[in-house]
Amino acid sequence: MSEETAVEIARSVNARETSAVERAVAMAERIAERDGAVGAYLTQTAELARAHAETIDARIAAGERLPLAGVPLAIKDNMCVTGTRTTCASRILEHWISPYTGTAVQRLLAAGALPLGKTNLDEFAMGSSCENSALGKTANPWDLGRVPGGSSGGSVAAVAAGEATVALGSDTGGSIREPAAFCGVVGFKPTYGRVSRYGLIAFASSLDQIGPISNTVEDSALVYDTMAGYDPMDATTVDRPVEPTANGLREDLRGVRIGIVKEFGLSALEADVRAVYERAYADLEKLGAELVEVALPTADYGIATYYLIAPAECSSNLARFDGMRYGLRVEAPDVGATYEATRAAGFGDEVKRRILIGTYALSSGYYDAYYVRAQKARTLIAADFAKAFASCDAIACPAAATPAFQFAAKADPVSMYLMDYYTIPMSLAGLPSLSVPCGYVTPPGARGPLPLGLELSGPLFAERSLLGIAHAYERGTRHAAAERIPALSGAGAAR
Amino acid sequence: MSAVLETVPSLEIGGVPYEVVMGIECHVELKTETKMFCGCRNVFGAEPNTNVCPVCLGMPGALPVPNRLAIELLVKAGLAFACEIPAYSKFDRKNYFYPDMPKDYQISQFDMPLTQGGLVSFWLPDGTQGSCRLTRIHLEEDTGKSSHAGSRDGRIAGSTHSLVDFNRAGVPLMECVSEPDIRSAAAAVAYLEALKRTFVALGVSDVKMEEGSLRCDVNLSLRPVGQTEYGTKTEIKNMNSFNSVRRAIESEVARQAEIIASGGRVQQETRGWDEAAGTTHTMRSKERAHDYRYFPDPDLTPIEFAPSDVARLRESLGLLPQVYMDRLISEHKLSIVQAQQIVDTPGLAGYYDAAVALTKKPQATVNFVLGDLSRLANETGVAVAASALGPESLAELVGLVEAKTINSKTAKDLVTRLWSEGGSPAAIVAAEGLGQVSDTGAIDALVAEIVAANEKTVAEYRAGKTKVIGFLVGQVMKQSRGTANPTLAEERLRAVLDGGAS
Repeated sequence: MSEETAVEIARSVNARETSAVERAVAMAERIAERDGAVGAYLTQTAELARAHAETIDARIAAGERLPLAGVPLAIKDNMCVTGTRTTCASRILEHWISPYTGTAVQRLLAAGALPLGKTNLDEFAMGSSCENSALGKTANPWDLGRVPGGSSGGSVAAVAAGEATVALGSDTGGSIREPAAFCGVVGFKPTYGRVSRYGLIAFASSLDQIGPISNTVEDSALVYDTMAGYDPMDATTVDRPVEPTANGLREDLRGVRIGIVKEFGLSALEADVRAVYERAYADLEKLGAELVEVALPTADYGIATYYLIAPAECSSNLARFDGMRYGLRVEAPDVGATYEATRAAGFGDEVKRRILIGTYALSSGYYDAYYVRAQKARTLIAADFAKAFASCDAIACPAAATPAFQFAAKADPVSMYLMDYYTIPMSLAGLPSLSVPCGYVTPPGARGPLPLGLELSGPLFAERSLLGIAHAYERGTRHAAAERIPALSGAGAAR
Repeated sequence: MSAVLETVPSLEIGGVPYEVVMGIECHVELKTETKMFCGCRNVFGAEPNTNVCPVCLGMPGALPVPNRLAIELLVKAGLAFACEIPAYSKFDRKNYFYPDMPKDYQISQFDMPLTQGGLVSFWLPDGTQGSCRLTRIHLEEDTGKSSHAGSRDGRIAGSTHSLVDFNRAGVPLMECVSEPDIRSAAAAVAYLEALKRTFVALGVSDVKMEEGSLRCDVNLSLRPVGQTEYGTKTEIKNMNSFNSVRRAIESEVARQAEIIASGGRVQQETRGWDEAAGTTHTMRSKERAHDYRYFPDPDLTPIEFAPSDVARLRESLGLLPQVYMDRLISEHKLSIVQAQQIVDTPGLAGYYDAAVALTKKPQATVNFVLGDLSRLANETGVAVAASALGPESLAELVGLVEAKTINSKTAKDLVTRLWSEGGSPAAIVAAEGLGQVSDTGAIDALVAEIVAANEKTVAEYRAGKTKVIGFLVGQVMKQSRGTANPTLAEERLRAVLDGGAS
């Protein structure tokens, strides 16, 4: 069943060949069987999924047709769902029950998706390995000794391990794309403003974007089409019609110009990794694309820029976690001391680090030197992309420089920040960008092949064209189906 | 307004003339149906924490969406005072921790407010005109309201616990910042009244200080006349009426003057007004250097105003109260107090205008409107405009008085009657013979009657106690059922009494 796509499930449930309830029960069983090893979920909501499945079956029995009928969905635990624990993988929200459901989730549920549970993440989505979770450890299903990537590590691992058919992630600087690459699935970050952030617990508001994670590009397109579009509850959503993407998927790349970024040369990569990307570029060409070199001279400043803007916004966004109205409260003699004790106990090191950096960057006397300059750099990076897209339809590059690494391999925060080198510039420019499986490497010490992802990015609002290109690449190469996940076969799953 | 205050009271310290320099910051809650960034109702006095939602409670994941009406109301307020409306404005976050602030930041405006500049003109009680420049008017969200329990006087000091009502959190709030142009308590009050009058007329706010929909802080310093640098200022808070603003200023001026006179230095601080004690007291003696870390709110897109939007809002302003007041004072020759009463009493201006349009006699009309009609309104609890005595009837009545058809006594009686019964004063006068009697023969007959009937009083008069004439005139009036021309009655009485005839 794990090979079954959302498109196939929705078709069969709509045709009443199977029921949503059967799907909910079967997936819950599979989660129970596998999640002990993978640890994708922080909270399983089998009963919620089943109850919702009953209403979906009733609606279908009444003649409705739902685009995601009976499709098992995993939800990153920084998205609010009424009555569920929504933790952000943080001690400070460990026991917080959301009183409302966010827009993106609401739209998927209304379309028939079944909420199987809430998945692990780096605390408040700050991290690239899922190791910053205060509430659980998620392993890469390809090698349980390795990280799934992050921050959407739980959602990606759930889809890779067959513990969900599709999942929602959030991407601020690469938090969907990097883990998707590490776990060999499709992860798609839409244009900023395309999917409502209402109900997504903010990390960096000007960068956060919800996106789908799935086994196929087609499934991501289906989920995206269902949840994208203007939301009166989010003033940053764009009020212009969404071009459907699911009916724009193409089988070849004839007439498509793919930009290869001059500054993202492959020479610094390990030889086996480099070989995979060289072949990926060659495959694009083989499928009919014309490869053109494009320049992104400012992209190199992406990480520095990002690590001023994102912490600045996070320092303000996370102020509300003060122990007064909800979440953890550590009692102390007065209000100020209560704030301090609560936040000291409630936040992990990486979150504190970013709050401190951000507070500093916004402080009087430093604001112009840091925050304002970072915003200027952001504008230049976006301008570079705009120029590049004058000569190409999409840009291809690695989603990450390496395959999934082992737990505790990146103890130094900066080495972790560098994991997002290829994803951050697109986030700063607000572009639609995705990772699609593009091959495997087996580095020394690995228990088997580890997937790599090709990142494809398009101009603003070019979701239809971008998903079309990714679909053609996926169908033309079939990397996703090329290897089996060792951890889930035999001994691996029992570990 | 009872006491007439000097516009700029002279202030001398140690023989040196000083002047008071004030700027005023006002926070005004906008009168919208819903809050600034969510759909919760914006009403005063609801049960605590009933008008709240994930957005105004700052729940994780909730996002603000601006209230377009609030933005437009603020721009209208700005246009009323000739503020500049920049084409581009934005919201910023003001970051600080406080338990009644749900997000621990306030959405406000920092360097690109909705309006800039502007001028507030006002009339002072002594008949002079004053004005104060505005720095800016910007839009922000109100905080929740804290109350402290267990302390003697509801203050935070000594309290055992605090309660927060978030009904007020997210209510649209405009902050009006003035330049330091105000030189007297009277000017401060006149400035505030001008703001209030305009905001009420435009429907921007109900401006009720007692409900907290207007809160103002006064920045006050003294300096020798002629000096260009400002003295050290204090900020005065917690005034809950215009009268307490006036008293607080007078008290603070006296306090600062005393410090300067005794050779001391005024400390920069925030002082709270104590209504009962009639003095200000130190609230925060040492200003904590707050770094609010303002930055553009990434949840909100910039606000753009096309010239056509501004033009549409400008057209919607209608007749501004300040312009109307200027007309009453300059053209109708009303006193400032009269003009203020006409403008500031709801519904009165329309009534007055309708009546004056018919009478063409502003002063005669205003005397009725602010005299007998306002008295009756107070007594009966019915607004002038809602009484049975419409402006047409009043105009008719004024006409009868002006033509001396009826005397003032009759007019007064008629007003009381028409107030509740309605009807045409001319018709009543004709039907009941209430027309003023100015016929010498008829008056003489009445006078003869009264003189004959009041021998004792007549004797007193003739003995030199001439002020009893008033009593005798009253008797003539009474005998005539009020219709006698009182001037003529007195004249004929004196002729008879002084002439010796009986």
